Amino acid sequence: MAEKILMKGNEAIAISAIRNGADGYFGYPITPQSEVMETLMKERPWLTTGMVVLQAESETSSINMVYGGACCGKKVMTSSSSPGISLMCEGLSYLAGAELPCVVVNCQRGGPGLGTIQPSQSDYNQCVKGGGHGDYNAIVLAPASAQDMYDFVDTGFDLAFKYRTPVIILADGIVGQMMEKVELRPEKPRMTEEELKAIAPWATTGKSADRSYNFITSLALESDVQERFNQKLAAKYEVIKENEVRYEEYQTADAEYLFVAFGCSARICEAVVDQLREEGIKAGLLRPVTLFPFPAKRLQELSGQVKSMMSIELNLGQMVDDVKLAVNGACPVGFYGRQGGNIYTPDEIVEAFKKFNNLK
Amino acid sequence: MAFKGAIEVDTQKCKGCGVCVENCPTKSIELAKMVNSKGYHYAEMVGDACIGCSNCAIVCPDSVITVYRVKI
Amino acid sequence: MNIEDIKKPENIVYKKTPILTDNVMHYCPGCSHGTVHKLVAEVIEEMGIQDKTIAISPVGCSVFAYNYLNIDWQQAAHGRAPALATATKRLNPDKYVFTYQGDGDLASIGTAEIIHACSRGENIVVIFINNGIYGMTGGQMAPTTLLGMKTATTPYGRDAKLNGFPLVLAPMIAQLDGTAFITRQSVHTAPAARKAKAAIRKAFEYSQKGIGLSFVEIVATCNSGWKMSPVAANKWMVENMFTKYPLGDIKDVLKQE
Repeated sequence: MAEKILMKGNEAIAISAIRNGADGYFGYPITPQSEVMETLMKERPWLTTGMVVLQAESETSSINMVYGGACCGKKVMTSSSSPGISLMCEGLSYLAGAELPCVVVNCQRGGPGLGTIQPSQSDYNQCVKGGGHGDYNAIVLAPASAQDMYDFVDTGFDLAFKYRTPVIILADGIVGQMMEKVELRPEKPRMTEEELKAIAPWATTGKSADRSYNFITSLALESDVQERFNQKLAAKYEVIKENEVRYEEYQTADAEYLFVAFGCSARICEAVVDQLREEGIKAGLLRPVTLFPFPAKRLQELSGQVKSMMSIELNLGQMVDDVKLAVNGACPVGFYGRQGGNIYTPDEIVEAFKKFNNLK
Repeated sequence: MAFKGAIEVDTQKCKGCGVCVENCPTKSIELAKMVNSKGYHYAEMVGDACIGCSNCAIVCPDSVITVYRVKI
Repeated sequence: MNIEDIKKPENIVYKKTPILTDNVMHYCPGCSHGTVHKLVAEVIEEMGIQDKTIAISPVGCSVFAYNYLNIDWQQAAHGRAPALATATKRLNPDKYVFTYQGDGDLASIGTAEIIHACSRGENIVVIFINNGIYGMTGGQMAPTTLLGMKTATTPYGRDAKLNGFPLVLAPMIAQLDGTAFITRQSVHTAPAARKAKAAIRKAFEYSQKGIGLSFVEIVATCNSGWKMSPVAANKWMVENMFTKYPLGDIKDVLKQE
């Protein structure tokens, strides 16, 4: 039986990075995710797997270290929380523009500005719609447990290399700080030089005699060249939308009312569904696991089955826009949220649900 | 020992900046009266005083000068 | 002996290194960038390290450096090259890693990145082109613009009260324990270019000794930005830039006293 260890979500990110063959982590302290780098520094993976861990002078530098490492075809990552992710948006745009693989963890806290250090989901738009400048998307995974945090590091690297794209793990202060049992999956060694050259022939590994030199840039200058590149990205995003949509459903088979929630909110909504079903109300939950690509097709299908949908988010209503776009008016779509680091109880969601649906 | 030299200029790539002219100790380079396809008065060797010292070539920003040298 | 008899392959004593590509450089006539590119390329050829070199180009005129040197390149966001180089070197300790940055890139927007790369003692080479102006964007004031110097954003000359003073970076980073070799060179004459090349080679050699960052500043011209002919720009540089930015070694931790 696989080993299970009690750990924080943030610690799971660090342990998973080491066990899944990450080559490098570059970060900067910020609450509520500092445990990621603290754990890595305590574990000292450079003595075991050879993984590089470095505390940078800023989030700006961290993401650009990730850019440099990614250029070399290495499995590199960083983590931060909302204000730090804002600083990283420049780098994320360049990573997308240069089609580089990497994993970026955002352990969201309340904003805007310096905001709070408590959990939030208010970076949905920032991370899912782009954040940095230019037409791009990153694949966005939304973990709801410490196990997800552990698993998504590996999934994230797989997707990042498969599509040559940044992958964001959009966590939050709850998932990052919460302690849970985490099953340690079998270890994966770091890529060998040969494996790296096979998976990333484009990487800057030093120009060998058997190939022309590699250069990695996001600069086009000529409009036609840039437009062709934009369309190439668009085509890639279509493939991602076709193949990589992930979601979980809870009690949806006979659901008449659907909650849509991601991350920690999805866990709270499971309790809400249970509570409503005890009252005889057939509620269900769809939890998008990938926020980009968004499970729009499935929501569209369910919109013909349910009387209404409600998006539950720790923000002022961001994902709800995507839910509305997906159902395209086929059923009413409501929203309930809390902000500033406050977290809803199941009871207050039930109350908001009944109000929206005119139920007693 | 004395040297005799010569230079070959890639006249199509030369931008006629004149830095080589300034750096030639034997005044063996001038900018041509003719222009290349880009409109630059390219550098050219004049006379037979060149000693093949390579000064022109090492300061050439566009690396368009090849230098030859023989002992005489 | 006539000229055509001299021009034989066996008599070649200097030709373009194969580390330079055949692409025509986009730089203005007389631009120092081309000369520095060549010197770096020659060092790479002479050291036989083409397959072991990874370069980082900046934002600025030399953003396209990757078109001109036949080595692997990463093109960084404005000012961030030392961060890319840090990760690249730490992940590939056996490789030679260098950044190539202008004064706007390195001494303005990228000040944090260069200072901290120096402070951490990253075993990389930094080639810093200081021509006192932003070339790519059309000749605006750089942090290194001299007092009184006219640029597009200091049309009446740089005024300390309005624009602050020129930033002299090399002595600042010389104080940091993480730097191994700091030198200031130029490439306007053949002897200067030969010295600059020797300095670049030393910097590359130092970067494999694990003794910290090597920094080669090249005081350079931007004749278009300065609105002078290439030859006049070189003269102006000698008379003005060298006063504020004197040439020579500033720090060499391995130098025998």
